Amino acid sequence: MSQIQHAVPDAPIRYTQICTRSSSCSSPQTSSSAAAAGTEPPSCTGHRGRTPRRKWQVFPGRNRFYCDGRVMMARQTGVFYLTLVLILLTSGLFFAFDCPYLASNLSPAIPAVGAVLFVFVMGMLFRASFSDPGVLPRATPDEAADLERQIDSTGCSKPPPRTREVLINGQTVKLKYCFTCKIFRPPRASHCSLCDNCVERFDHHCPWVGNCVGRRNYRFFYLFILSLSFLTIFIFAFVITHVVLRSNRTGFLTTLKDSPVVVCFFSVWSIVGLSGFHTYLISSNQTTNEDIKGTWSKKEGKDNYNPYSYGNVLTNCCAALCGPLPPSLIDRRGLIQADTPQTAHQSNGTGGGSYAPTQLHSHMVGGYHPGWLQHGGGTSCQFCCFHAAKISFVPLTFYIY
Amino acid sequence: FHNLQELRHSASLANKVFIQRDYSEGTTCKFQTKFPSELESRIELTLFEETVKTLNNFYAEAEKIGGQSYLEGCLACATAYLIFLCMETRYEKQVLKKIAKYIQEQNEKIYAPRGLLITDPIERGMRVIEISIYEDRGSSGSSSGSSSVSGSTAR
Repeated sequence: MSQIQHAVPDAPIRYTQICTRSSSCSSPQTSSSAAAAGTEPPSCTGHRGRTPRRKWQVFPGRNRFYCDGRVMMARQTGVFYLTLVLILLTSGLFFAFDCPYLASNLSPAIPAVGAVLFVFVMGMLFRASFSDPGVLPRATPDEAADLERQIDSTGCSKPPPRTREVLINGQTVKLKYCFTCKIFRPPRASHCSLCDNCVERFDHHCPWVGNCVGRRNYRFFYLFILSLSFLTIFIFAFVITHVVLRSNRTGFLTTLKDSPVVVCFFSVWSIVGLSGFHTYLISSNQTTNEDIKGTWSKKEGKDNYNPYSYGNVLTNCCAALCGPLPPSLIDRRGLIQADTPQTAHQSNGTGGGSYAPTQLHSHMVGGYHPGWLQHGGGTSCQFCCFHAAKISFVPLTFYIY
Repeated sequence: FHNLQELRHSASLANKVFIQRDYSEGTTCKFQTKFPSELESRIELTLFEETVKTLNNFYAEAEKIGGQSYLEGCLACATAYLIFLCMETRYEKQVLKKIAKYIQEQNEKIYAPRGLLITDPIERGMRVIEISIYEDRGSSGSSSGSSSVSGSTAR
């Protein structure tokens, strides 16, 4: 079937916006940014003939964008709000009920340290939830056509192989072809079926954070769970101290009912366990995805080893946490210009036309939205707190999509 | 053609060549230096290789994990990453600015006079270096480029 146009005509192309199941229909607009953009906000049904202004509005994945494309999250954000509420509630109760007593009886440094930890936790949470995890943009029609030609030229009558083998540091790695994004996934990338995007260095999709965890936000996620462990242990310890000190004077149960002890008690084990698990992953330079699938385990073969590891625990940690932060590849806030051809010196805002035709073609091609097998299986950890069951006491429940 | 303006106005796009990524050293950004056959008649091998190798060096420098990146990482962590509201990351400075400038320079000096145009890989998700081959509108050779691509359309 003819799916790709092979030469870009010189006349300007006008693509009409198609309202798809992507976020452009469902994402809320902030009135200030819509006013700043100068156009009326795009509505779901009246799209035809109205050219969108920014690239996030025609983004083909299943993401939600807020603040005119500055904030990017997954479609289901309910659990994220639960996380927010739990942290705010626990910290709020601690600061309201325990801190006055502790500040006056023990030291004013206690609420100060608590406040610093709390601010850090919230900062990391927002960074992990709102930033682009490292989404790979889908192939332009020309690229897809070129790849198809290369794939077809190798096969004969059988369906052509949709994998490529690469030798990385002496280890053979298979690159899979993604039917949705029409690219060969780079090593360690995976397609998240919840967000419908290929993500670089895909770790897992975290519903608690409301976003995928990938190359660009893994350190924020890790620092979030690490600082949250410290915060919960901190709150737990001082609440117990408060209860013990208070119960010398008043009853034990009276003091207990004012404290956020119960919430703390359960979350301490899960969060600390999860932090420990991710510390192990960082030190061995693996992703959750690779660990679950046992990609680099010795069971696969005696010569199987992780080619990405630097061999040294310290180097692995530093690389993961202090390595350079790559820029976002999807240019959410760039303006769409469907009339100019690609030129090298326009660093932002060009290539916007490539989104609309990709969308158009993915709908023409149709049913290339298979389930697990063809996508190669993105790992979605439904309850990633419990995921740390390997070393904590909480039972493991997760699903692999 | 003598410059980019002339290229855009008087030429039509005949074909596009994609230089793929080279993953032999892991996930670091590196492009293959294999010379595509479509460019054989258009540009010298040495010039092409030099462009790709320089680009690879730029990317390697941006992704290098050394003293400067540690310093930046620790400082950023200490300020809860708020420092990136004021300054851009070293990677951004290197990748977006330096490379964009280099590609523009190469296009103006070397590629546009030969009827070629390099697209910055960042606009293609760092997957490929896209080189567009232009033919003069007046020339009859433009149809030969598109016929090789049309083979994929029959499905």
